[in-house]
Amino acid sequence: MAPHDLRRPFKRPLISDQEKRRQQSLLRQAQNRRDAQNHARFLASTALSLEQPHELEPEPELHDELIPDSEAPESPKELDVVEASKLKGAEARKWFAKQLMHPEWMIDIPENLSQDWFVFARPSGKRCFVVSCNGTTISRLRNGSILHRFPSELPNGARRKDSSGPAQSYSILDCIFHEVDQTYYVIDMVCWRGYSLYDCAAEFRFFWLNSKLAETGACEPPSHYHKYRFSLVPVYCCDQSGLCAAYTGSVPYVKDGLLFYNKHAHYQTGITPLALVWKDENCSQYVMDTDSKGQVPNQQQVVLELQEGGKLCTSDDPPVVFGCLDGGFMHESELHSGCLVRFAIGEGGLVLVDGKLEKADLNYLGKANRARASADSFSKVMFQYSVRHSPLRIDDLLGSVNSAADESNKVCDIEMDG
Amino acid sequence: MAMEVTQILLNAQAVDGALRKQAEENLKQFQEQNLPSFLYSLAGELANDEKPAESRKLAGLILKNALDAKEQHRKIELVQRWLSLDPTLKAQIKALLLRTLSSPSVDARSTVSQVIAKVAGIELPHKQWPELIGSLLSNVHQLPAPTRQATLETLGYICEEVSPDVVDQDHVNKILTAVVQGMNSTEENNDVRLAAVRALYNALGFAQANFSNDMERDYIMRIVCETTLSPDVKIRRAAFECLVAISSTYYEKLAPYIQDIFNITAKAVKEDEEQVALQAIEFWSSICDEEIDILEEYGGDFSADSDIPCFYFIKQALSFLVPMLLETLLKQDEDQDQDEGAWNIAMAGGTCLGLVARTVGDDIVPLVMPFIQENISKPDWRQREAATYAFGSILEGPSPEKLEPLVTMALNFMLTALMKDPSNHVKDTTAWTLGRMFEFLHGTALDTPIITPANCQQIVTVLIQSMKDVPNVAEKACGALYFLAQGYEDAGSASSPLTPYFQDIVQALLTVTHREDAVESRLRTAAYEALNEVVRCSNDETAPMVVQLAPLIMLELHNTLENQKVSSDERQNELQGLLCGCLQVIIQKLGSSEPTKYHFMQYADQIMALFLKVFASRSATAHEEAMLAIGALAYATGPDFAKYMTEFYKYLEMGLQNFEDYQVCAITVGVVGDVCRALEEKILPYCDGIMTQLLKDLSSNQLHRSVKPPIFSCFGDIALAIGENFEKYLLYAMPMLQSAAELSAHTSGADDDMTEYTNSLRNGILEAYSGIFQGFKGSPKTQLLMPYAPHVLQFLDSLYMEKDMDDVVTKTAIGVLGDLADTLGSSAGPLIQQSVSSKDFLKECLSSDDHLIKESAEWAKLAISRAISF
Repeated sequence: MAPHDLRRPFKRPLISDQEKRRQQSLLRQAQNRRDAQNHARFLASTALSLEQPHELEPEPELHDELIPDSEAPESPKELDVVEASKLKGAEARKWFAKQLMHPEWMIDIPENLSQDWFVFARPSGKRCFVVSCNGTTISRLRNGSILHRFPSELPNGARRKDSSGPAQSYSILDCIFHEVDQTYYVIDMVCWRGYSLYDCAAEFRFFWLNSKLAETGACEPPSHYHKYRFSLVPVYCCDQSGLCAAYTGSVPYVKDGLLFYNKHAHYQTGITPLALVWKDENCSQYVMDTDSKGQVPNQQQVVLELQEGGKLCTSDDPPVVFGCLDGGFMHESELHSGCLVRFAIGEGGLVLVDGKLEKADLNYLGKANRARASADSFSKVMFQYSVRHSPLRIDDLLGSVNSAADESNKVCDIEMDG
Repeated sequence: MAMEVTQILLNAQAVDGALRKQAEENLKQFQEQNLPSFLYSLAGELANDEKPAESRKLAGLILKNALDAKEQHRKIELVQRWLSLDPTLKAQIKALLLRTLSSPSVDARSTVSQVIAKVAGIELPHKQWPELIGSLLSNVHQLPAPTRQATLETLGYICEEVSPDVVDQDHVNKILTAVVQGMNSTEENNDVRLAAVRALYNALGFAQANFSNDMERDYIMRIVCETTLSPDVKIRRAAFECLVAISSTYYEKLAPYIQDIFNITAKAVKEDEEQVALQAIEFWSSICDEEIDILEEYGGDFSADSDIPCFYFIKQALSFLVPMLLETLLKQDEDQDQDEGAWNIAMAGGTCLGLVARTVGDDIVPLVMPFIQENISKPDWRQREAATYAFGSILEGPSPEKLEPLVTMALNFMLTALMKDPSNHVKDTTAWTLGRMFEFLHGTALDTPIITPANCQQIVTVLIQSMKDVPNVAEKACGALYFLAQGYEDAGSASSPLTPYFQDIVQALLTVTHREDAVESRLRTAAYEALNEVVRCSNDETAPMVVQLAPLIMLELHNTLENQKVSSDERQNELQGLLCGCLQVIIQKLGSSEPTKYHFMQYADQIMALFLKVFASRSATAHEEAMLAIGALAYATGPDFAKYMTEFYKYLEMGLQNFEDYQVCAITVGVVGDVCRALEEKILPYCDGIMTQLLKDLSSNQLHRSVKPPIFSCFGDIALAIGENFEKYLLYAMPMLQSAAELSAHTSGADDDMTEYTNSLRNGILEAYSGIFQGFKGSPKTQLLMPYAPHVLQFLDSLYMEKDMDDVVTKTAIGVLGDLADTLGSSAGPLIQQSVSSKDFLKECLSSDDHLIKESAEWAKLAISRAISF
């Protein structure tokens, strides 16, 4: 039981610099391990999802600026995002033209709207993919052509000295460029710092988008290294208050309808029924299709693709057949298989039986504009049709959201038989 | 059966080397051939009053060493060996030992009391020798004084040896009664009193119940306080040691006695001999430690669930305590700054003053300022030094708002004193005080910076000048520069006021490292530490100068390696460690940004060659630093690191085999992880060797336990790098993980340290599972992991049920759930659905406030939904 040593550190720091070096090394290693782990979790499955063929064509809308490049794009060889990010020129255009997820038009209300869906007000503007990589940021329109090339605060989005992390890691955002305030509104996140989010549920992608975007400074006002501001769009659960907020709430952008995203759906390229678009006059200037002069035609017009045997088809996969042209007429009008043909819907309208198209009263107008890349989708035709006849109203949507709530609260009455 | 061992034991202490060697050999043989007889003979020798004192003493020492060892694995062996001996033999040995307590020989008594405690240390936890305490105390009052003393010493050693839970309360009561009676002033023999006070020191941990009883506690405290007034200085000192121990063990019980204790300690500080006064000051330092801990833990916000409330003893005693401590500051020793081992009343008082400032904050400032103002300009160096030290001491604790005006005012004075004061003591303390000003009141986070572009030049000039002063002053100047640089650490790439002087500072520090007297006062170490911090806090503008620094440091390292060929000594090795440390900081700094990394990479080959040469030295510190630096280099180099592997591999293996310097082993394990991430599948050719070594490490009971969790994590790093090639190690790694997992699933009843260790072990195991599952993802061999899935899920479930995971483990655990689902997919679907983890645990994590946990949980949810839906 020797006397105890009392000495305390005197005029010296408690932690030596060596200990500090050791601790910093451990921190760095732990961080690197987390990065490697995350990389494995997100990247390895990307290749699989992108190997699937992307045959769906982007769905054009009449009011969009149309690009005078109507040649049917050849299918570029299948690439993963990493390879694709290195593509240049026409190759890149072709690849990116197929990468956006497109909503179907809402022609009836999905079940469990309030439980399983998000809703948000779609900003009016140009839909585009924004890719940041190797010190630059490029935005591409839905047909793959470049909208802007600019420096941004997105990861590796500008050439700066103090950037951290591997410079070649890329990020891809699904955006709408809003002309009025020159802002990219981010509606979805596809890749972030090299991690693919294709295979992630919308719920996760939105969570990730919300937590990651602001960290970068991309939401700050423009500066020398950051030419355009990026902004998040408020996304709500599609319950009554969420739906009301999306529909009536004020946002800094001009609204163009509402977008509904199924919470559990992955990011799927092409048209998907797990994302839906809905519009009415209150929340969009573009409810009804306009012609090239911006006028709403008296009769609804549709563009269909002429296929083998004169069948008139939508762009869906599998296609919906609207009718058939006889060979003589085709010959007379110089139409051949693959042509896009414009029709007006006549007095007879569209006849549906059990949700399936039975008969369509189509009046031939002529060949479609050369700029059109593909036919209308079935849901678009049906939405336009219902707008003119019995539109799906906001009250119907609110009603379905409420009835879901009612159902869960409903008390079963029991009859007394005495 | 007892053998005659006297002559051998005497020979074993002979001056004649050959004779000694022969005797040692004989003893070894005897022990190996007949252990029972060997032990019995030694006990007989120790007990026999007719034998020479030397042989008895050595007999006791050998006995003691046959019962206990420092190394954990050896200790376990010895315990097992004793427990397996014949009970009759053990009873005979123990009887001999107890008898020796009454021996007239003081050496024999003092030796045997330690041997008895060692036997008790083995037997009491196994519920053996229950009669020991009873027989020691049966007639303690009637025993002659020397035996009483030996008995009390034995009790003290026993309390030091065993943990309180193996002694029942009845025995604790008896021990305390005997001990406190032995301390009482009615005990006339001072040796007995001293033995009693020292025994109480060790027994305090056993007295929880007695300290909860007001009457018993009052009695113990009264006797302890009385004992501090004993005429014998050793007894007074030992009594104050008891008070210090009580202050930390029973802080919450002290309120009724604190006034008396203040009076006693104040008297001791003022009048008593230094060894006693130091203990008296330590009492208050210890109270500060307690209150700082409590206030830090609860942030002053006490609620019903706070374990221990703060009694604010320091705040209450403040107006008496501070003058008492200030008084001590004037009692400096002439040469305390040159003597590394010095510890005197002025140093203890100043240290305590610093702790008081941290405890009470702003309140201390008005009590200290008059003392500073009165003494800071006095002709006597003691007064100037004491005033400066007082100022430096109170810079941590009070608010920046309170201190900033004072520091701004004092800054110029201090800079002048550092240049002009004739006393080295004053300059030493002044430089230290400047360092404290920069440490606590300078930085980008503070509102009104004390350092401005206007005064920065003057500060740098003075510090550089001061680095040419005597070694102890220069060392403190380097320390001040360290904190000056640190203040700009968070400034990011923004321009720093230090930028214009960067070159001069680096040059001045390098010059210091070359001073002939740089080994004195840790000066060289302080200079390299400051250089490291300057590098860490460099920015875009100064990065090119850091790039230029690299070859200079490499040249230094090259030179020491050349010198080593001529002669190798401690200092050479220490210097190599410092240089490797500095290079590590440079690599990490330059490697963190692409442009500087590009410039730095030109030196990579040379630097690696130098590190490999460092491994030729035998210094663990140098190895450790070189290994850390190589880890940083691997991270910066990436896949190109492969070219160094053929040469580096043997040192990697050597590091993994270094059980003794377990820090080296732990760091090497971390570097294996760095190399895995740098090389990915190119690490494969080295994996057989690495895995073999890691598995050996895990099964060794010689390796420090703290290395085991990182080894498990390292399995994950390897699996992630080599993917399905990990297949051949599954057979070995999985059972190890599985048994470690079972051990770590439950912590019930463990103390905080053990719980913390268990959580780090769990984290390592989980990181291993994560890496293995992710490594196999997408491989055709995925199904090889299927047999392990039930156990992994069970492990996760039991962790969840246990409810004592920390946040890190929770995050890793929920991630493993996702990894398992991600890799095994639908074939594990039903298993996953059965597990609690996939439901309640996942749900809890999804709503966690910790965003890392939430993130992992979101990912796990996604992976599970895919596994279940397909």
